[in-house]
Amino acid sequence: MQDLVNMTTELDLRGEVCPYTFVKTKLKLEEIECGDELIVTFDHAPAVENVPRSLKNEGHKILGIEKRDEHLWIVRIRKA
Amino acid sequence: MLGGFSEEQIKRYSRHIILPEVGGKGQKKLLSSKVLCIGAGGLGAPIIEYLAAAGIGTLGIIDDDTVDLSNLQRQVIHGGNVGMHKVESAKQFVNNLNPDIQVNTYIERLNAKNVEAIFKEYDIIVDGSDNFATRYLVNDACVLLDKPLSHGSIYRFEGQVTTIIPHKGPCYRCLFEHAPPPGMVPSCQEAGVLGVLPGIIGVIQATEVVKYLLGIGELLVGRLVYYDALNMSFDEIKMRWNKECPVCGEKPKITSIQEEIYGDSCRIW
Repeated sequence: MQDLVNMTTELDLRGEVCPYTFVKTKLKLEEIECGDELIVTFDHAPAVENVPRSLKNEGHKILGIEKRDEHLWIVRIRKA
Repeated sequence: MLGGFSEEQIKRYSRHIILPEVGGKGQKKLLSSKVLCIGAGGLGAPIIEYLAAAGIGTLGIIDDDTVDLSNLQRQVIHGGNVGMHKVESAKQFVNNLNPDIQVNTYIERLNAKNVEAIFKEYDIIVDGSDNFATRYLVNDACVLLDKPLSHGSIYRFEGQVTTIIPHKGPCYRCLFEHAPPPGMVPSCQEAGVLGVLPGIIGVIQATEVVKYLLGIGELLVGRLVYYDALNMSFDEIKMRWNKECPVCGEKPKITSIQEEIYGDSCRIW
């Protein structure tokens, strides 16, 4: 039976810098199911551009990037 | 813990994990793999060095020799360890480089009696031996036990390397059925070797091992790379399965590992 309900997982990467922002996002994505959503919090500005670009290269979908405040971003990813 | 990795492992293997072809899953495969390196000399040193760095979880190392000052011109892992058994020196190097690695040491020569018990513990065998007797023993045992094998050998300024997946491609005997007669084989002392040469060949062997374990890329199956350091050229020689091959042919003469075939001399058959 295919799981019809897509799950959402959160990952807090405040305090992490590149490339570990991407490395840890990628490791978390490997733990969840295809089609599930991952919501990642960053406070490292370069990650907000770099991580979504690298994830797109691996085929994942970026559902949205939201700036919460001066140094806080939320990136929503759908696992391919 | 993220994906089963410690913070230290995430850092250590980050450049692997970033690669789409590896990722956390590939790195875990490497960490759960078992590789046996025959010899901790010229070829063994770079093989052990890079496989340990790559995070191959279990590394077996077999060698009965001790470190000599003349080894240090090329055997880069043995610095400061003259007189020590090479496997102990190699283990010390690996422990310093990467504490994730379990090192199994065998201070003995590979022979017809111990080969099967040792080989069956490992996923793939890397041959860094320096003599024909061991080379043929390793090839035949890999074919009979169905173990993948990375073959490398060096001579003066030249080296060759190939990957053998028994029954899926040719073996070493398919190309070189018998060892050359003893008089034709120069000893290490007579031949000499450019110090960087085994580094090139050994690192190619380590590359093949990592690719095999990850299941990525095209292995050197049915292809022998011939490297010439003086010309700085890499040539590729096609290898074909030989149906007359004495070990993997249609009617093999070698069906078990018999001691008399692999004496101390280089004469095989």
